[in-house]
Amino acid sequence: MRPVTLDEIESLAIGAWILGTGGGGSPYLALLNMRQLYKEGVTCRLMEASELNDDDLVAVVSNMGAPLVGQERLTDPKTMALAVTMMEEYLGRKFQAVMSLEIGGGNSIQPFMAAAMLDLPVIDGDCMGRAFPEAQMTSFAIHDLRMYPLTLADVRDNAVVVARAASWKWMERISRKACVEVGSIASTCKAPRTGKEIKDCAILGSTTKAIGIGRAVQAARRAHRDPIDAVLEVAGGIRLFAGKIRDIARRTTEGFLRGTAEIEGLDDFRGTGFRLAFQNEFAVGWLDGVPRVMTPDLICVLDTVSGDAIGTETLRYGQRVTVIALPAPPILLTPKGIDHVGPRAFGYDLDFQSVFA
Amino acid sequence: MRRRIGIDVGGTNTDAVLLEEDAVVASVKTPTTADVTGGITRALAGLLERAPAARQAQAVMIGTTHFTNAVVQRRDLDRIAAVRIGLPSGASLPPFVDWPEDLAAMVRGEVVMLEGGHEFDGRPLVPFDAAGMREAARRFRRAGIRSVAVAAVFSPLNAAGEEDAAAILREEIPDVAVTLSHRLGRIGLLERENAALLNACLVRLAMKTTRAFTTALRASGIEAPLYLTQNDGTVMLAEVAETYPVYSFASGPTNSMRGAAFLSKRDEALVIDVGGTTTDIGSLRHGFPREANNVVEIGGVRTLFRMPDLLSLGLGGGTRVATDPSLAIGPSSVGFRLTEEARVFGGDVLTITDVAVAAGLIDLGDKKRVAALPPALVEAVLARVRAMIEEGVDRMKTEAGDVPLIAVGGGSFLVPPRLAGVSEVLSVPHQSVANAVGAAIAQVSGEVDQIFQDLSRDEAIARAQRAAEDKAVAAGADRATINVVEMEDLPLSYLPGNSLRTRVRVVGEIAR
Repeated sequence: MRPVTLDEIESLAIGAWILGTGGGGSPYLALLNMRQLYKEGVTCRLMEASELNDDDLVAVVSNMGAPLVGQERLTDPKTMALAVTMMEEYLGRKFQAVMSLEIGGGNSIQPFMAAAMLDLPVIDGDCMGRAFPEAQMTSFAIHDLRMYPLTLADVRDNAVVVARAASWKWMERISRKACVEVGSIASTCKAPRTGKEIKDCAILGSTTKAIGIGRAVQAARRAHRDPIDAVLEVAGGIRLFAGKIRDIARRTTEGFLRGTAEIEGLDDFRGTGFRLAFQNEFAVGWLDGVPRVMTPDLICVLDTVSGDAIGTETLRYGQRVTVIALPAPPILLTPKGIDHVGPRAFGYDLDFQSVFA
Repeated sequence: MRRRIGIDVGGTNTDAVLLEEDAVVASVKTPTTADVTGGITRALAGLLERAPAARQAQAVMIGTTHFTNAVVQRRDLDRIAAVRIGLPSGASLPPFVDWPEDLAAMVRGEVVMLEGGHEFDGRPLVPFDAAGMREAARRFRRAGIRSVAVAAVFSPLNAAGEEDAAAILREEIPDVAVTLSHRLGRIGLLERENAALLNACLVRLAMKTTRAFTTALRASGIEAPLYLTQNDGTVMLAEVAETYPVYSFASGPTNSMRGAAFLSKRDEALVIDVGGTTTDIGSLRHGFPREANNVVEIGGVRTLFRMPDLLSLGLGGGTRVATDPSLAIGPSSVGFRLTEEARVFGGDVLTITDVAVAAGLIDLGDKKRVAALPPALVEAVLARVRAMIEEGVDRMKTEAGDVPLIAVGGGSFLVPPRLAGVSEVLSVPHQSVANAVGAAIAQVSGEVDQIFQDLSRDEAIARAQRAAEDKAVAAGADRATINVVEMEDLPLSYLPGNSLRTRVRVVGEIAR
């Protein structure tokens, strides 16, 4: 267990937005909350999963809803903490730590907000190693862990407990319905996990990894070096393409933002084209019509100059972007993992082929 | 005959032009004065001397960077009150939360957060706390606050909360200036609220300045209505614009790009504006600058203003050229001291202008003073300038083929007639006063950015377009001349009922 500095949370915000692979929502507002909390004297602690006892209880938290609504109904640490204490009351047991559902995007910082309010440590890890759009796309689901109970807190005096669900899909449907009803934004505490489940089934070290990526970007900017080179170096990634966005098509189907982006090559990639398909997060990329990269390999689109991540909602015509791939956590690459989060889980009839193979 | 006067008040020069129909018939360049209006009076006097018909102009458009400079330089700003409507949501991130501390400390008078606001679909979040608003308004009045910014959750979709708050503020504080966030911005509470706060700090200065502009105009014997140009290349009547000073933040580069489009008669092109210190490259689409996407910071404050997407290079007529130990161009510049420090003007600094004179690109100052420059050096500098421009042009291009490039600004002689990736370099008449020309030709706009539910895409866009047209007409446009210049729709993930965020922007000619 060690204290986390505000500088590290600043780095986490940059790194987590890159690991968001286009989804997860911008971490900016969550970061602002942390700046406020640290100004008030809070210091969060980061804990290795190995420090947990097997029967300890860990709260897995996330802010659920539409990123756009989150831009108006600003995230608040009190609501996040409320979802956690509701779960404690429901279970009649106290949590020993909190952990992020997904390290990609704004949810990377949500456990720190809860932890600051409840004086609990944050586990260095998550259960996606990136961001994914659906509840069953987690390492816990791949390991067939139980998906209930779930608590959901609204900023008003509304609270929901989903006591049971027949499957991960049912949990997604029921909790989504409640979330939409309270204005498409809510704080949630997912099914509680034991220390043993965290040690065996979570994606460990992802918080530290995201902080490291953010730090590398900041250091490169200060030294006027290419921040994208720095990301590739620190995260073992591959530069796939660089160019300008030529076309964007987006549509909402089944509650997700789906679409494609066409990028026209620049510099070393002049004369070639890249096509990206996304469902909240980037799922598949084609170079001149040939599949080049696919989920669960992390497909990240970065501003070519600043190295800042660009979300699928903020992709715009004419942006100069670089597409990179980062390696996926090993659990996602197992045959069962590929069933849950491989290209077919997103509706693409492709056999998974890693760019890192 | 349609006559318009365009004035650009820049940091160094105040330029004025007279347009008759589509022809520039007179232009004047005078130094900007500390009081701003002195420069305008002098520019107008010069214009009237050259073209007495300017007195019959039907409209005068002024573009100015005065308000941006006030924020950047932290001067002439009012202490204000901030009202946020949206509790219990957002309590942990109050107004001014992400402002630079020095600026916040200077302007933050009172901060109040009240219950109210709306959901994404227009339902109330909780009822508006009108009693709390009244109590706060009385406190503001006792504290001597006369400018208030109001921001409510989802106000771009339902402005009722902000309007109700404004009514109470006006009842309680008779001479109050109220800035409502939904008039200034899109979805994104903090950025929209920041725009409202900045506007509230500037509104007194803006009233004073625009009234001084009007006085200068009337003193020159010109009776035409006065308009101020905005970031997006359109104008607002001065009496409306004086309540929205933040809309003029980026009007300088916008006017130069619009002027370039007009003078070259091209709607789709890149524009390069070479000044004394920097070169801006932008992209024209339908005759308007392409807007930057992202969050724009003004004086360290994060906003979502409509700003042109520009690439700025440290290259201009006053840019220093170093030869020791190796050839280096800029980024520092002698700026407005060019006419003292450059070699051709008797100084001892080697500038890009000196090299251009030696190469015969322009005839300025005393040519003999640069006759001894080695031809190889001149060639190397010009090759470097060409490479910088070619790279900048390439970065700003959004299509693979060659594109036309319009060169404007006092340093446009630096742009070579042929460039890689450029189909033709267009050199236009009056290019050194393109800014003032851009002001003179400005139009009126209206914009809507809203979430629609349970409508077909076509229906949602049609509805947004009608609302945008109504806004343009309210701002002074002739309905018959309105065109759609931007249309964008974004389906929203997770929201029910086929939610579609639709943004439509229209422009039209000023109604006569």
